[in-house]
Amino acid sequence: MEKTLRKYFPLFALPALICFALSFLIPMVWGFILSFCEFTTITDATFVGFKNYVRAFTVDNYFTGAFWFTLGFTIVTVISINILAFTIAMILTKNVPGTNAFRTIFFMPNLIGGIVLGWIWQVVLNGVLAGFEQTLLSNAKYGFWGLVILMNWQNVGYMMVIYIAAIQNISSDMLEAASIDGADGKTTLFKIIIPSVMPSITICLFLTLTNGFKLYDQNLALTNGAPNHQTEMLALNIFNTFYSRTGFEGVGQAKAVMFTIIVAAIALIQLIATRSREVEN
Amino acid sequence: MAQVARKSTKWILFIILLIVAAVIIFPILVVLMNSFKANLFISSTGAFKLPDSQSFVGLANYFNGADRINFFSAFGYSLWITIASVACILLLTSMLAWYITRVKGKVTSAIYYLLVFSMIVPFQMVMFTMSKFANMIHLDNPVGIIVLYVGFGCGMSTFMFSGFIKSIPLALEEAAMIDGATPVRTFFSVVLPMLKSTAITIAILETMWVWNDYLMPYLVIGTEYRTIPVAIQYLRGGYGSVDMGAMMAMLVLAMIPVIVFFLTCQKYIIKGVLAGAVKG
Repeated sequence: MEKTLRKYFPLFALPALICFALSFLIPMVWGFILSFCEFTTITDATFVGFKNYVRAFTVDNYFTGAFWFTLGFTIVTVISINILAFTIAMILTKNVPGTNAFRTIFFMPNLIGGIVLGWIWQVVLNGVLAGFEQTLLSNAKYGFWGLVILMNWQNVGYMMVIYIAAIQNISSDMLEAASIDGADGKTTLFKIIIPSVMPSITICLFLTLTNGFKLYDQNLALTNGAPNHQTEMLALNIFNTFYSRTGFEGVGQAKAVMFTIIVAAIALIQLIATRSREVEN
Repeated sequence: MAQVARKSTKWILFIILLIVAAVIIFPILVVLMNSFKANLFISSTGAFKLPDSQSFVGLANYFNGADRINFFSAFGYSLWITIASVACILLLTSMLAWYITRVKGKVTSAIYYLLVFSMIVPFQMVMFTMSKFANMIHLDNPVGIIVLYVGFGCGMSTFMFSGFIKSIPLALEEAAMIDGATPVRTFFSVVLPMLKSTAITIAILETMWVWNDYLMPYLVIGTEYRTIPVAIQYLRGGYGSVDMGAMMAMLVLAMIPVIVFFLTCQKYIIKGVLAGAVKG
């Protein structure tokens, strides 16, 4: 069968591969090469070595600023989203009335797109801050915590669904045995429930980690980096480098390569973490 | 006594859940409420006041906003691009996945790893060259962008399809081939029907992505054809001048299809999220 099928490469594999090459492979390789060039259009470029990579840090400090902002934002959201999602999942697996309706409501924000979300929260947060005669853009810390609140609102439901499935999978025998042996709530939580859902915790940690690092739409719609680039995250900084200043396309591409390396490193660590856990089990 | 205690904890938990639900719904209600108010009454402290005889403008914001950003044509483009892209992704990647899973070799495994790699790379890496290249080869229209979506959606969907195909026994396909079916016939009448539930999961995940995607349609076709997210961001206009009334109304219109989609396909969406989380 393999032999006959092999001849059908043009029919089965080629159409998708052409799309893949046109939209991803060619632009990716081209982009990597251009990160070492100076250019304004992609066909007219001169080789400049690592100059773009150096300029990414020396022209202004927005890129490093964006990195620290993104890192801080990601750390805060990874912790808060996972704690909230896990807590809600625990409550929703306790046979409380209306569980299904609550689950539906909590998950819903996740489907609303980033741009729409950003504008929704802009109105709400500006409404609250107006009470203190402030706006979202008057201080970078409002933008930071605004983004944190927005991200929690959007992502808690998603992670909750994953945690609920994991908690429901814990065998009831084990929980019963624990309660017969006289384990209290705290012991059951830390000795049985959390170890049993560890694979899901790993998945959720990395999902929230990459979501945080790659955030763009919400950042654009909520603050657009204001005031003075202080709430600009990495993805938005890269976009602005490309498109708001001519002559900086190479720098933008160099930043994009570094951004890719960071995101790929996170994914690689995730892969190793999940692999080693699979071996343990 | 223990029974009573448990009952009261349940009520406390119920009340906590109610509060969380209120926090989730509150922003949406604020937007809905403000969509009926005149521009002046939305900004600053007025944002949380119910519309009154002074601020109430009926559906004026809806007409004004829909007219300014051409909402219904944006809805049409979003709908077309999402449906066409997801349909093409499902068909083309299921064929690719079957091929690279069943034909073993260096080339097919190289393709597989390239596809997995593409799932990791952030859009910013290719955004500039891709949009210029798409412009060069004339993919910058509502039909051409489907090619780009297939290319970007390829990674995850081939990965999930081939994960499933690995688990189905070869015997069925071999029996069909021995009986004289061509690979094309074998794929469409034996393999494809078995992929149905994986296909639904992938369809849900890709729909959520394509419908809400902002950067790709903005960069590739944004100047001429606007999808809903692009149209909404376009309301921002020049420096600081946002027609908040129209914005609120358009946000409501943008949320309606998403909420309808969610309520009708909830079961599959939850399943999709779980499958996606485990695989991705």
